[in-house]
Amino acid sequence: MRTVTSSDIADRVAEMVVRANRFLPPDVLTAISRAKGNESSPSGKEILGQLEENAALARESGLPLCQDTGMAVFFVELGEQCRVEGASLREAITQGMVRGYQDGLLRKSMCHPLTRKNTGDNTPAVIHVDLVEGDGLKISFMAKGGGSENMSRVTMLSPAQGWKGIKEFVINRVAEAGPNPCPPTMLGIGIGGSFELAPKLAKQALLRPLDQPHPDQEIARMEQELLDEINSLGIGPMGLGGDTTCLGVRINMAPCHIASLPLAVNVQCHSARHEEVEL
Amino acid sequence: MPFRTPRGGGTVSKEYRLQAPLRDEDVIQLKVGDRVLLSGIIYTARDAAHKKIIQALESGSELPFPLKGAVIYYVGPSPAPEGRPIGSAGPTTSYRMDSYTPRLHSLGVKATIGKGKRSQDVKDALVRHNAVYFGATGGAGALLSQRIESSKIIAFDDLGPEAVRELVVRDFPLLVVNDAFGGELYAKPNLPD
Repeated sequence: MRTVTSSDIADRVAEMVVRANRFLPPDVLTAISRAKGNESSPSGKEILGQLEENAALARESGLPLCQDTGMAVFFVELGEQCRVEGASLREAITQGMVRGYQDGLLRKSMCHPLTRKNTGDNTPAVIHVDLVEGDGLKISFMAKGGGSENMSRVTMLSPAQGWKGIKEFVINRVAEAGPNPCPPTMLGIGIGGSFELAPKLAKQALLRPLDQPHPDQEIARMEQELLDEINSLGIGPMGLGGDTTCLGVRINMAPCHIASLPLAVNVQCHSARHEEVEL
Repeated sequence: MPFRTPRGGGTVSKEYRLQAPLRDEDVIQLKVGDRVLLSGIIYTARDAAHKKIIQALESGSELPFPLKGAVIYYVGPSPAPEGRPIGSAGPTTSYRMDSYTPRLHSLGVKATIGKGKRSQDVKDALVRHNAVYFGATGGAGALLSQRIESSKIIAFDDLGPEAVRELVVRDFPLLVVNDAFGGELYAKPNLPD
């Protein structure tokens, strides 16, 4: 049995949430630069240039990339042979998140769903824990903005609708969302599982870097097919027209019930802030 | 994909330097696709603040800022670092304010700043009241904050990031997305009919 202290976890989480909000991941920056080179719309090119400039400024000034520093979403892989000492795992992650959002001057965006009263410290964090083999502890963090999250959808297709139905739903969602989620976006798609598992698959898919297609060639081909069709919609950066509506589609798939075909589309804006630490 | 000519366009995009609060003659010249560098005083308000402003109107209590000629920026900035007036401050998605906007235009608000589509009711209100909807680049909060010279909370302090702030901006970069003539800049997706 390996022991990890809760204060170590809190420290690493605090650093991670601040870093993730200031530094755009290199795969996203590369994708934006490449898109700028290929973009035929002048306004689209200009906006992609502004996004590069914004990333450079955030890196240098310490300001967050976006004022919406997100709800704090964590995916944790806890080894069965790893024990957390001190506070609980959930408490340790929460403490680190609260400290990071406070000290890093990140906006606190969580509120009561009906009274809309802000909780004041960005709690609660959304924490998904999976038990895995071994004695490792891996924590992935996403700063998920509200504007793109609002454009996400989950649906229960009928099995006969298949890939054609999936494609239709995804394309229509992107078309309907238009400029709202700050295109160019990334899409996390969860296919299969159950009503509650599909969105989790979709969000987790967004953790996979843009330069890493799905290891299954057939799924990788589906990701590319969706990306090409989305970009032919012509929505473009900020919805002003152009070639770059989406930077990447990421699919996660799981078996489902014989009666069902659950589908979730998690929309992520170009400010795709995520990071992971291993303890 | 060629860059689309704005619907109802055909006019060449122009660049204007304008001073907020805006006058009727400032707004009437603007067409979709025009660029505006805005300077002067603007006010921040987003979801919860809009609800409170409408409540204040209904109860006849004092409004947080004068509506005549006002420019409202849909933003909830991140906290200001020491020595800076404001943190990151890019636009939030506008449709959530759609149910409040026509009323505010009827009382003299001349422009709103946000990102994303507006409802038909809002677009009609722009035409009826000679007002305009500006788009700013979403997610460029660090960059846009550089054009904000000062910021002070003037109402609803309890709303935290949603409090109403008076901002002084200089050359704040905007695009005319919906003008006072019913035009719209956003691209229509190429979907099969």
